[in-house]
Amino acid sequence: MSDADPAVPEADAPESATAAVIAAAKESDFALVVGTLLAIYAAAALLSFTDGLNSVVGLMETLTFLGLVYALTALALNLQWGYTGLFNIGVAGFMAVGVYTMGMVVRSPDPAFGPPGLGLPLPVGVLAGMGMAALLGGIAALPALRLKADYLAIVTLGLSEIIRLSLQSSAFDSFLRDTIGAGTGGGRGMGMPDNPVRDLFLVDGQAGTPTALGDLVFGVFGTDGLGISHPILIGWGYIAVLAAFLVGFYLLLERLGRSPFGRTMKAIREDELVANSLGKDVNLVKIKVFVIGCALMGLAGILWFGSQGNVSPTPQFRPLLTFYVFIAVIIGGSGSNTGSVLGGIVFAAVLFEGPRRVGGAVRGLIDAETPGSFADALVSLDPVTLLAYAADNVAPLQFVFLGLVLVFIIHRRPEGVLGDRIETAAAVDLSERPAGGESDE
Amino acid sequence: MSSDAPDPNDPADVADGSDVADGVDASAPTADEPEENDGEVEESAKHTPSGSPPLRVEGLVKRFGGVTAVDGASFEVESGSLTGLIGPNGAGKSTTFNCITGVHEPTAGTVSFQGEDVTGLKPYQIARKGLVRTFQIARELSEMTVLENLMLAPQGQLGESAVRAVTPGLRGAVVEEETALRERAWETLEFFEIDHLAHEHAGNLSGGQRKLLEMARVLMTDPEMVLLDEPLAGVNPTLEEKLLDRIHDLRADGYTFLLVEHDMDVIMNNCERVIVMHQGSVLAEGTGDEIRNDERVIEAYLGEDL
Repeated sequence: MSDADPAVPEADAPESATAAVIAAAKESDFALVVGTLLAIYAAAALLSFTDGLNSVVGLMETLTFLGLVYALTALALNLQWGYTGLFNIGVAGFMAVGVYTMGMVVRSPDPAFGPPGLGLPLPVGVLAGMGMAALLGGIAALPALRLKADYLAIVTLGLSEIIRLSLQSSAFDSFLRDTIGAGTGGGRGMGMPDNPVRDLFLVDGQAGTPTALGDLVFGVFGTDGLGISHPILIGWGYIAVLAAFLVGFYLLLERLGRSPFGRTMKAIREDELVANSLGKDVNLVKIKVFVIGCALMGLAGILWFGSQGNVSPTPQFRPLLTFYVFIAVIIGGSGSNTGSVLGGIVFAAVLFEGPRRVGGAVRGLIDAETPGSFADALVSLDPVTLLAYAADNVAPLQFVFLGLVLVFIIHRRPEGVLGDRIETAAAVDLSERPAGGESDE
Repeated sequence: MSSDAPDPNDPADVADGSDVADGVDASAPTADEPEENDGEVEESAKHTPSGSPPLRVEGLVKRFGGVTAVDGASFEVESGSLTGLIGPNGAGKSTTFNCITGVHEPTAGTVSFQGEDVTGLKPYQIARKGLVRTFQIARELSEMTVLENLMLAPQGQLGESAVRAVTPGLRGAVVEEETALRERAWETLEFFEIDHLAHEHAGNLSGGQRKLLEMARVLMTDPEMVLLDEPLAGVNPTLEEKLLDRIHDLRADGYTFLLVEHDMDVIMNNCERVIVMHQGSVLAEGTGDEIRNDERVIEAYLGEDL
């Protein structure tokens, strides 16, 4: 899967101890990802152990879920932006198209509430969602052939907003109901089909009627055993599915990157005219990259939001989502698949979910009243009061924190955590010359 | 980009060069340094079939708004030759290059390569026909290693298909091809004596090394003909010697070269044929000596210095 990489020169001595640790951990990608997860779990346990095992496992479950879905999306974006240099700021839109198409295809034609669907099996829905996202990606690629980076960004951002607003529009909803017999639900959104993972544990997904597997798992870990609530256990079951998809994404993209196709992608990122002058059909490769990347974004959208019970266009698919995914890729180091996985996990746990949890935990420890305003907190000249105020307002502070981290990374390590490695773009090991064949011209 | 229909008969000076051109190819070695390879050129010319000249430009016109950069340039490049293209700044050399290689679409005129009309084709289509260029300012792919730069170049690689690159059953052939390609890349690096840089990011190379890299990369495409846009600009004399040696070696192997260069000595000493451009059209064509003594050339460009 990965090669140790002796080619990285030791010349740039680690700037800090963390850099040295990172350098050592780079030896194995898998160990790196697992190690990061374990560190996050340790922090999560530290934050929530006072509330019991159920809370600890629940927090771990939340962090892992978010980490994996961000990692999936970051991988898809990394193909377009990291490898090929295509500045797609429409990630949220392609995810929305994927999950909405899946919902419309799979939902019952005559549901108890919400818009009707086509009533087809779930795998068909997933493929349809990916297909529709890919199709839209192909269409989005057409302007990409003519536009330079920042203009392409504007076009894709616009497309993503058009998608979101269309899904929100009740006129579009009724138009779809009239023409294809499946609706979007407009601004109220739509309920997602049952998660098949839930059916593995519960007969027909009904709480209280466990299957054989459910009996076993609930018996050992559940209320009869370790006392972990059943939805959390089912959540871990779904995480196993996500992890399998993550491995699939990773292998697919690594193979794609480590091939002549990957070389052409990198060449387009570096210098389009050179790639073109060396006989590479740059436009065709760009379209392919858009189609593959957007299909993966559609699938990531399905895996992420399709498992959340209900989707609606506006809180979920705002451009903010796209920017979060970009931050994940930037943290990990654009151009590196392992970096994207790592960036997704770190972003979700440390920057997205972490501050709230830390804020909550800190607030729980402080026995002080929260001042009414920042001025009051400041005037009190009491660090505890100030901390209480900060902990209570962690949501807005989180964005400040996010901004500071971004500034820090871009200033100190613009290539991201793993961005400086040489990601070989060939199907064979290039690190050393194989013996033999020393013939001269 | 509007596509004007190419009109081969438009500009007048088609005849200008072609009469001079005939039979110059095999003519005596040029002035100072005898071309020891000349005899072998014809024998080992395995790359280009003799017959129609590999490159023929007729009545090429390129306008940018009101500016006419190329104004009816016509010339031919002989098979297996090393032809020089010179001219003062603004003569239209680079624009001509860009029109030939598909970077610009000519306003009028035709470009044919090995008897085939390639006017207005995309750069990658022209490159696939075996007509490949280097750039005036070396354009290395800086975040790729030198070896990757080279392995990018070969045409029609199996693994350029995304499906082949990822599908388990089909990837075997890709790996096999890559293994052979890697060996060829190493040989090419050795030929240019930059094999010690193979794992370096191309962006870390010096200016001269980049020029070598570019030449090596072009060779990896297995071209019929190479257009060199000032390959020696900003290169130190030692490296210049090395680059010229390589060019002569390759010419002996049957490659055809068209060389744009500012250094008059280089052109006169190395090219058996010289084309002089001035104000967008071909002013004169001939051997180095003929060009040296051409009144129009002296007047237009070279000054009384020659």
